[in-house]
Amino acid sequence: MDSRVKRITIGYTILIVLLIVLVILNICVGSADILPNRLWKAIRFPENDKVAYNIVFGLRIPRTFAAVILGGALAVAGFLLQNFFANPIAGPYILGISSGAKLTVAMLMVISLSKGFAANSAEMVIAAFVGSLISMGLILLISAKVQRMSVLIVCGVMIGYICSSVTDLVVNLSDDSNIVNLHNWSMGSFSGITMSDVLTATCIIIPACFCAFMLSKPMSAYQLGEEYAQNSGVHIKAFRITLILLSSLLAACVTAFAGPVSFVGVAVPHLIKSIFRTAKPVITLPSSFLGGAVFCLFCDLITRTLFAPTELSISTVTSIFGAPVVIYMLLNRERLKENG
Amino acid sequence: MAEIVLSTQKLSVGYGKKLVISGIDISVERGKILTLIGPNGAGKSTVLKTICRQLTPLEGTVYIGKNKLEELSGNELAKCAAALLTGKVKTEYMRCRDVVKMGRYPYTGRLGILSEHDKDKVEEAIKKVDIENIADNDFDSVSDGQRQRVLIAGAICREPQILILDEPSTFLDIKYKLELMDILKRLASEKKTAIIMSLHELDLAQRVSDKLLCIKGNRPDRFGTPEEIFTGGYLEQLYDVEKGSLCEYYGTLELHRSDGNPKVFVIGGGGSGITVYRKLHRLGIPFAAGVIHQNDIEYPVAFALAVKLVSEKAFEPISEENYQKAFEIMSNCESVICAVESFGTMNKQCQELLNEAKKAGKLVEGAFDE
Repeated sequence: MDSRVKRITIGYTILIVLLIVLVILNICVGSADILPNRLWKAIRFPENDKVAYNIVFGLRIPRTFAAVILGGALAVAGFLLQNFFANPIAGPYILGISSGAKLTVAMLMVISLSKGFAANSAEMVIAAFVGSLISMGLILLISAKVQRMSVLIVCGVMIGYICSSVTDLVVNLSDDSNIVNLHNWSMGSFSGITMSDVLTATCIIIPACFCAFMLSKPMSAYQLGEEYAQNSGVHIKAFRITLILLSSLLAACVTAFAGPVSFVGVAVPHLIKSIFRTAKPVITLPSSFLGGAVFCLFCDLITRTLFAPTELSISTVTSIFGAPVVIYMLLNRERLKENG
Repeated sequence: MAEIVLSTQKLSVGYGKKLVISGIDISVERGKILTLIGPNGAGKSTVLKTICRQLTPLEGTVYIGKNKLEELSGNELAKCAAALLTGKVKTEYMRCRDVVKMGRYPYTGRLGILSEHDKDKVEEAIKKVDIENIADNDFDSVSDGQRQRVLIAGAICREPQILILDEPSTFLDIKYKLELMDILKRLASEKKTAIIMSLHELDLAQRVSDKLLCIKGNRPDRFGTPEEIFTGGYLEQLYDVEKGSLCEYYGTLELHRSDGNPKVFVIGGGGSGITVYRKLHRLGIPFAAGVIHQNDIEYPVAFALAVKLVSEKAFEPISEENYQKAFEIMSNCESVICAVESFGTMNKQCQELLNEAKKAGKLVEGAFDE
């Protein structure tokens, strides 16, 4: 077999095995360990082990599936943005898109709490989408003005800071007992996500990822540059708009349910590309989704277990693993530039 | 008459509102090569970008066959016209072969997976441009010239009716420049591909093109065959260079002559003088030359480099008048070099010049350095 095909097959196999193992671990491990045989019994006879059943179905399964779906979505959003900006360091968190979504969701929450109604998950997603599009618009305006990618990244980080500060302000100004909940969310967490939230997220993310996958072909031409893509027959304008909408939607959806989750979008596609030794979207887009899911499952497991019963925010853990990857990439890029 | 694959009607091109060139009316037939020449910044690339729809025309229309350019779908256009412009191509984890494969883009299905037929075309193109030895190397790790050839292979494997190339010979060494021109010639004659390109190398443009479009100062200046363009000192005028800087027969260039009164007189003719002229020019010594027939192989070089040149009409023996002229100039020079090895009927006066030089003790023999 061709060594490249072999590498890709092995890569996918490892990712799927890791995914399955981590899903089981995430469901079984926690402040109350539920071993697989007890889990199996609880699933078959819910009445006999109500405690286990409630923990598994009320808390762990939604949380685990949230990590899978949302983690995958983040990695795909990052992958799309990297293609769009032709910059390996682009990602929804770094460019401030997640933070934009966070701001509008926080505002919706505060307003809805003060008016005495609870916003449903669809409304949250819409608010997040609006926020992410606003941030995205700002980034696009900046990118039209500056050619240097590093400037764009710095601007994105700054937009992120501004949005986060305003969010903090909004959260602190609102006076409610739910503030603690809001605070947790604004730090980023997979906890407290219900099964219906997961279903809503799935209904948005899976079609969006499928659309992104169907863009693999134009994306592969776009990777060689805009000029090249146009000569190959890609309708550049429509393609770019679709890419922007899809990545904003994916990032918004994640933020609406889990708050801002950092570095997954940057680190995972990069790791996937260097492991698979290809940047072909047909191969790397699905594997980025799997990689994002695995990465988030792993990080979420740490947030729950490291200082149990205290929980860390998900971004704390993803940053520890993700940020070094970004630093490595930056250094690597500089080195490449020096070599010509 | 051959089928016209691309034509323009009152085409004006430019960026946004800024007009670069207006009034372009050209047509290209199947299997013909059209080359755009003209000074830097004249707008050759702008024209090429417009006919491959990277830019929208400011006025006028481009026709691909009988269809208007703007009415074709992206895929239809990509199939019939492949373009290779000067924009930088960046890649990530792509072998040269993968880059060539991208050339088949418009023929592949929804996910861009290549069929066996596509793969054969890719291998054929790789062979054609002689990049088999680097096909498995990373595209980022190969040299600019190799990259250029990989991209050309990509354009070729698309098998377009029209191939648009913006300065395709940039970065190529002479071997590959020649090979590229051969490949283009073959594509034109065997596959009946129409080729539209811009070139800076006038010698290549002259040899490979069926038609030349000369662009200067916001308009197409001339459109014609190489024979029509390379004549009457037109190119020197096109590029705003001194008369004599360009040899119209060969399309080759000569540097500016050394200024000042001639110090050395070269008795030349027959071609052996060329190395002497070049050496004197290199040393910065102003020189005069004579008497050289206007159909002599070294006439263009002497014309470009000598401060003073005495020449005789083709096929005529050297006249007494010209001999006197040469003698006078020679008398004012410090030394004389004779590059002619043998004298015949037509240049026997040159032998006389040599004798006079010997008498005056001005003749420098063998290698000279000062």
